[in-house]
Amino acid sequence: MPLPREDVDATTPKFLRDKYAIVGVGETGFSRGSNKTTRALATVAVRNAMLDAGLKPSEIDGMLSYQSNDSVFSPLVAGDLGIRLNFYMDVFGGGSSTEALIGIAIGVIEAGMCKTVVIFRSMNGFSQVRIGGTGARAAAPVSGDALHSRAYGWQSAGQSFAPTFMRHMYDFGTTAEQVAHVRVAHSHHASNNPKAYYKKRLTVEDVVNSRVICKPLHLLDCCVETDNANAIIVTTAERAKDLKQSLVRIRGVVGRCSKPRVDMHYQVGPISTVAGYYAKDILWPNSGVSPEDIDLTGSYDAFTFTTMLQLEDYGFCKKGEGGHYVSDGTIELGGKRPNNTSGGHLCEGYTHGIAMVIENVRQLRHDADDSCPIGPDGRRQHTYDYREGGCRQVRNAEVSANLGWAMPGTGSAMVMRRG
Amino acid sequence: MISAEYLGMPVEINDLDHENLDYFAYCAKRDFHLQRCASCNLLRYPPSTACPWCAELVAEWVSVEGRGTVHSYTEVHHAIQPAFKQHTPYLVLLVELDTQSGTPTKEAGLRVIGNLARPDGVLAPKSEVERVGIGTRVRIVFTDVVPGLALPQWTIDETAAGGTPWRYRG
Repeated sequence: MPLPREDVDATTPKFLRDKYAIVGVGETGFSRGSNKTTRALATVAVRNAMLDAGLKPSEIDGMLSYQSNDSVFSPLVAGDLGIRLNFYMDVFGGGSSTEALIGIAIGVIEAGMCKTVVIFRSMNGFSQVRIGGTGARAAAPVSGDALHSRAYGWQSAGQSFAPTFMRHMYDFGTTAEQVAHVRVAHSHHASNNPKAYYKKRLTVEDVVNSRVICKPLHLLDCCVETDNANAIIVTTAERAKDLKQSLVRIRGVVGRCSKPRVDMHYQVGPISTVAGYYAKDILWPNSGVSPEDIDLTGSYDAFTFTTMLQLEDYGFCKKGEGGHYVSDGTIELGGKRPNNTSGGHLCEGYTHGIAMVIENVRQLRHDADDSCPIGPDGRRQHTYDYREGGCRQVRNAEVSANLGWAMPGTGSAMVMRRG
Repeated sequence: MISAEYLGMPVEINDLDHENLDYFAYCAKRDFHLQRCASCNLLRYPPSTACPWCAELVAEWVSVEGRGTVHSYTEVHHAIQPAFKQHTPYLVLLVELDTQSGTPTKEAGLRVIGNLARPDGVLAPKSEVERVGIGTRVRIVFTDVVPGLALPQWTIDETAAGGTPWRYRG
């Protein structure tokens, strides 16, 4: 089922492969009831990322954030930490923003506008503006274009994406049991992540027997809502060599790549295909690798299905075989290519994608923050024993892919490598 | 400015929003209309300022037959909006119109959102919700909200031949 293709080639010989790096990551931890403002949360996360990198406030001069009218703006966070900015921008958006903003950070540094950029996302996604859409957003008037969606009780992410999920089951015979393995795998990963909100290991039966939210989604096919802030620092690899952490280079990025008619993407099919179908043709050529080169993935898990759909459309398996790919052990710790080793949005906490990038940065440093003992050099001595409560470091992790999701019609992606 | 209430929800269309005012006014007359591009002659949904196929600004409203096939759907059991909590389970249907199906590309179609409703426009009961899936033949009906605004909805086309629709059995 070919999609209509435009003759637009977003790949470029000037892709800046390996020239930029992620040098610092930090977070607040995940809660349901932070009892803090998004300003306070963001300030703590950015500070932790600076400490992680070994950077002083005077060494940060760029700031980017994303939000949906639910968070603090950059100037307040910068001011609180004594950071004087040469560049900042606060962008509207949720999932898929992280990788896109990393690309923008590379662009503004390359343009000489600033030297080092911190990116944050701060949200009280449980205690203030609920990401599932209950509360204030559900009660807002149905106005203008929303008459074509919210007037029909078609509002939340799950409700909006479900026609894609359902059609994939119809087109390819994908089963609820197959995609439930995404939750199972991520729950096992979360059980080895001390900061995960849900650490309990689940079974396929737990998922498919949980109550129906909107078909084909059960409660446990859906991610958790949490309060948290997370931050990432981007600068040149040249500069990164003098900093505290081992080098994690950015190979290539794709930002908010979209299907045709992105306003109403269901008008152009196949609707069981998602934006990754287009994004892969930028990601793989620009990063100079292919799916076979990837050691671990961070495929966005707003729902079990979103992880599966993206892995399929980015080419980790053949079209239509995503259900098999996510249920054959590949995506589990100890499998060929683990996905979301933190537990992801389904178990660790909901961050609109940024924590999935942070997890892969730590994996590529070979420093996943699990419960393994810390050696005399101050680093964890990984056991690679993935039983409950144990290790979650992927052995010999060299190259990762993050696949960010906004909706079926829009996605972002990034390849990173160690060293 | 249209300002009204539907299922207890405030609904409104601003005076500046000419495309939506026109679209829902035709629905209120029970005469489903879409915009047809003056340049490439393609119909489009939902209403918009320019043609998504060729960027032409000029279009005319034309009457379109409201018959089609369920292309995909979701069956909502846990409502998010308070207005829908007493109507679960309800269906949100993505219906591909017979008109312009497979045009201008094989995988394109006019796919119009609506709930499954009874012929009088009231949300369908559970017994009807459970009959519908991918492949069900449906026809358009309207739910009156206020003068100048009715919502297009879908009801089972009892006259249509056809096999058993595909339903998710979970």
